[in-house]
Amino acid sequence: MSVPAEAGKRRHRRRHVLDLDDFSPEEIEEILETAVSMKEVLGRAIKQVPTLRGKTIVNMFFEESTRTRISFELAGKALSANVVNFTARGSSVEKGESLIDTVRTLQALGADILIMRHSESGAPYLAAQYFRGSVINAGDGRHAHPTQALLDLFTVRQRLGRIEGLKVVIVGDILHSRVARSNLWGFTRMGASVILCAPQTLIGPESFWKATWPDLTITSNLDECVKDADVIMTLRLQKERMEAGLLPSLREYTRFFAITAERVARAAPHCLVMHPGPMNEGVEIMPDVATSAQSVIEDQVANGVAVRMALLYRLSGE
Amino acid sequence: MGEKQILDADDIRRAITRIAHEIAERNAGVRDVALVGIRRRGAPLAMRIAAVLEEIERVRVPVGVLDITLYRDDLGIRGPAPVVHATDIPFDINGRTVVLVDDVLYTGRTIRAALDALTDFGRPARIQLAVLIDRGHRELPIRADFVGKNVPTSRDERIATRLHEVDGGVDGVFIVRNTETSG
Repeated sequence: MSVPAEAGKRRHRRRHVLDLDDFSPEEIEEILETAVSMKEVLGRAIKQVPTLRGKTIVNMFFEESTRTRISFELAGKALSANVVNFTARGSSVEKGESLIDTVRTLQALGADILIMRHSESGAPYLAAQYFRGSVINAGDGRHAHPTQALLDLFTVRQRLGRIEGLKVVIVGDILHSRVARSNLWGFTRMGASVILCAPQTLIGPESFWKATWPDLTITSNLDECVKDADVIMTLRLQKERMEAGLLPSLREYTRFFAITAERVARAAPHCLVMHPGPMNEGVEIMPDVATSAQSVIEDQVANGVAVRMALLYRLSGE
Repeated sequence: MGEKQILDADDIRRAITRIAHEIAERNAGVRDVALVGIRRRGAPLAMRIAAVLEEIERVRVPVGVLDITLYRDDLGIRGPAPVVHATDIPFDINGRTVVLVDDVLYTGRTIRAALDALTDFGRPARIQLAVLIDRGHRELPIRADFVGKNVPTSRDERIATRLHEVDGGVDGVFIVRNTETSG
């Protein structure tokens, strides 16, 4: 085997995936590139490669999830890893075992990669301090959901061919959204311009966002900001927000912030409509938009497996 | 770091022409033959062999590209996981004679990985191996069916193949003596 030209370049060795804030554009690019190849593997008759044979991946879900958990499980299995699912319910967590002790136990059982979903922001960071292998954050509280952001970047790049220079509108409950925050890191780092659109009660003070992303546009006028947008990403509205008094009524939210066909028509003709799921159809997005040709919501789910394969693979170097 | 040229562009062209003739001769024509180039430099070599076969046999042989990264046996040993490039085998390999093509045959580990990768796509009638350079030092019981040139080397040398499709410039094969680490 001759030595490929790129072999001499020392690349960054990544141990954990906790958020996208510590990813360079080059690293994101490499992951998206590898995900293209992983997608090809998933299209084969035999959707499996031997890459992670003998590795053990534990899916630790302290919070409900359908797509993320199954997506990680399929990704691990497509790479021939042993995948074990752990849910807090029915485990020693119910007997009061602490997170740190649970992580130590899984380590002693031979886990190489922990995939962790937790309702507390920062929980995967704590786990990473006590785990000798790799930790992937599969969503922590309102903080971060880096694999969702990577699959969103991948989906946009596949559909529009680039990310740099795009106008991306993220609309909805920004304040409580880990998806919005990780996508902010991802899209801004890749050179897109991001607009956050939400009622003031669901976004908080502008200065908070501007401190980290000074070029951000923040608005409550969806009709105005979708003009010429390349991507409109809407977020799930949790019913509890109403109960907490943050919104006067669902109907009012829908009137001003739902993604409707009329609003999509104001955007660029090729504009993509995205939603991380699960959707409240008729609340933050209209059913006809969710199933329209511009909707890439199903692509997002399908691409999630390929992107997670690319990450699992990357964490297994050296 | 010393560098010695062992093949120039004409030598490479002649070697490819000869390999194409040998493939046609060994398989009594190329009706059931397909070529699969191993990324990166096996891919343009497979294209070149196919072009010669089309000239001499008047048959357009299907050509695919295989990236073996996901089948390597040294993930986690040799540094950060390399970027995985696309595999593209746009034809059915079942029942065909598949000729794997690579630039340099060395330890045989790349070919071992390629065999595993290829058999995930189906069951070829037979698999043959064509390489531009065989430099020896096998670590596995693997041999090539078609060889452009046998080049005795020592382990602290490496072979640098330059093909204009991948590297730009003029084609050539060189022996490079590594002064620091071995390739």
